[in-house]
Amino acid sequence: MAGKSKAIMIHEKDNVATAIVPLRAGSTVSLEVQGRKEKVKLLSSIPMGHKFALRPIANGENVIKYGEPIGETTAAIARGEHVHVHNVVSHRGRKEGA
Amino acid sequence: MNFMGYRRANGKAAVRSHVLVIPSVVCSQGATEAITRNLKGAVYVANVFGCAQVGADREQTKRTLVGFGTNPNVFAVLVVGNGCENLPAKEIVEAIAPCGKRVEFIEIQEVGGTKKTIAKGRKIVKEMLADAAALPREPIPLSELIMATECGGSDYTSGLASNPALGAASDLVVEAGGAVILSETTELIGAEHLLAKRARGPEIGKQVLDLIAWWEKEAIATGQDIRGANPAPGNIAGGITTIEEKSLGCIYKGGTTPLEEVIKYAFPPTRKGLILMDTPGHDIDQLTGMMAGGAQLAVFTTGRGTPTGSPIAPVIKITGNAETYRKMKDNIDLDVSQIIKGKETVKEAGRRIFEEVIAVASGKLTKAEKLGQRDFCIFKIGLNF
Repeated sequence: MAGKSKAIMIHEKDNVATAIVPLRAGSTVSLEVQGRKEKVKLLSSIPMGHKFALRPIANGENVIKYGEPIGETTAAIARGEHVHVHNVVSHRGRKEGA
Repeated sequence: MNFMGYRRANGKAAVRSHVLVIPSVVCSQGATEAITRNLKGAVYVANVFGCAQVGADREQTKRTLVGFGTNPNVFAVLVVGNGCENLPAKEIVEAIAPCGKRVEFIEIQEVGGTKKTIAKGRKIVKEMLADAAALPREPIPLSELIMATECGGSDYTSGLASNPALGAASDLVVEAGGAVILSETTELIGAEHLLAKRARGPEIGKQVLDLIAWWEKEAIATGQDIRGANPAPGNIAGGITTIEEKSLGCIYKGGTTPLEEVIKYAFPPTRKGLILMDTPGHDIDQLTGMMAGGAQLAVFTTGRGTPTGSPIAPVIKITGNAETYRKMKDNIDLDVSQIIKGKETVKEAGRRIFEEVIAVASGKLTKAEKLGQRDFCIFKIGLNF
């Protein structure tokens, strides 16, 4: 699945990838899925298992992992930035506006 | 394809042969623990309910306890009551009896105190154990296996490695004619459209969507935010951001075959293939529900690590997190972390899990069994009065 890459992109539609080792801010990560190649310079340090953006994601846009939406952003996210609970909110199981 | 199991009087197949002691009420739980203490093969369930319950809530407690009694992995049953509870021991015995196994009850008030109850109970259980020991294993087609699936303490590796690998094993069990139960309805939120699409017919697809809608509405109706409970703090620390992300990783466990049936908590499947049981995301509530529904074995994936086991069935634990496997080797049976490193394919790991399922069904003990981990928790749906 991952080969020698330090991060995994699961589906070609995904706009985030998952770090499989701790990654430092400023480092560059290369990854590939179904022929799509990406080279991303990290703007934040990414803990193991956490996600970073593969492309700029606008405020309110869907975050896509497994080829499906997993929530929407609460702030604009730059390519290479950490994507987690501080800038993503679930669409589900919550009251309107919560 | 066969495993080496036990054949019960009613024709059902088993992978273990336990003598089960059921407290019909929390008041007799202490006695059941003492009755089974140091008797190899005898187990009890830590039932904390059985009194002051009404309606569907009482029905669910009864159905779960009876489901444990009728589970083929149980050779014989002793029910221990106190004597004044509103779920009487006799009522549980009468519901288990039609499956043809030996089932008896004693009550603390009638026998005359805890000490006499323990002595009398141990005498009965020892007889049952002697009979259980005489029963040999025999070849049983894999099509008679009902395999429960579950994930708990999930992290980023669950959706990348252990759940897809378990999905590959689930497909092999279904291909061999067996049944696989997927549960934890709350952890389908955000992935329900994918499961509904795989339903055998539109009516079953609609049942899936209705279930999710109900749970989501219930969560919102509490005035609380489901995010406080799911994803759990450990999931978030492990890199899971939202319930949708957790669910999309979670659903891989069920493999790729059509969804054959949707069943309620602690009810038995009526079909082979992939089954969805409606349960909460709570690990032990759902494990208990699937065992009460007749599953003989469970495969449980974890990222952060959990000790989970069942009183009456083997629980095979799998992780895709190499660090968790290293730290919790005494709890976890299989390591599939090589998938993430690209050194093992999901299909290869799935085959390994499938082979472990056959070995465990044939008698190989799981880590949880060796540790004597016997979790039990009934999904409570009403108030105690």
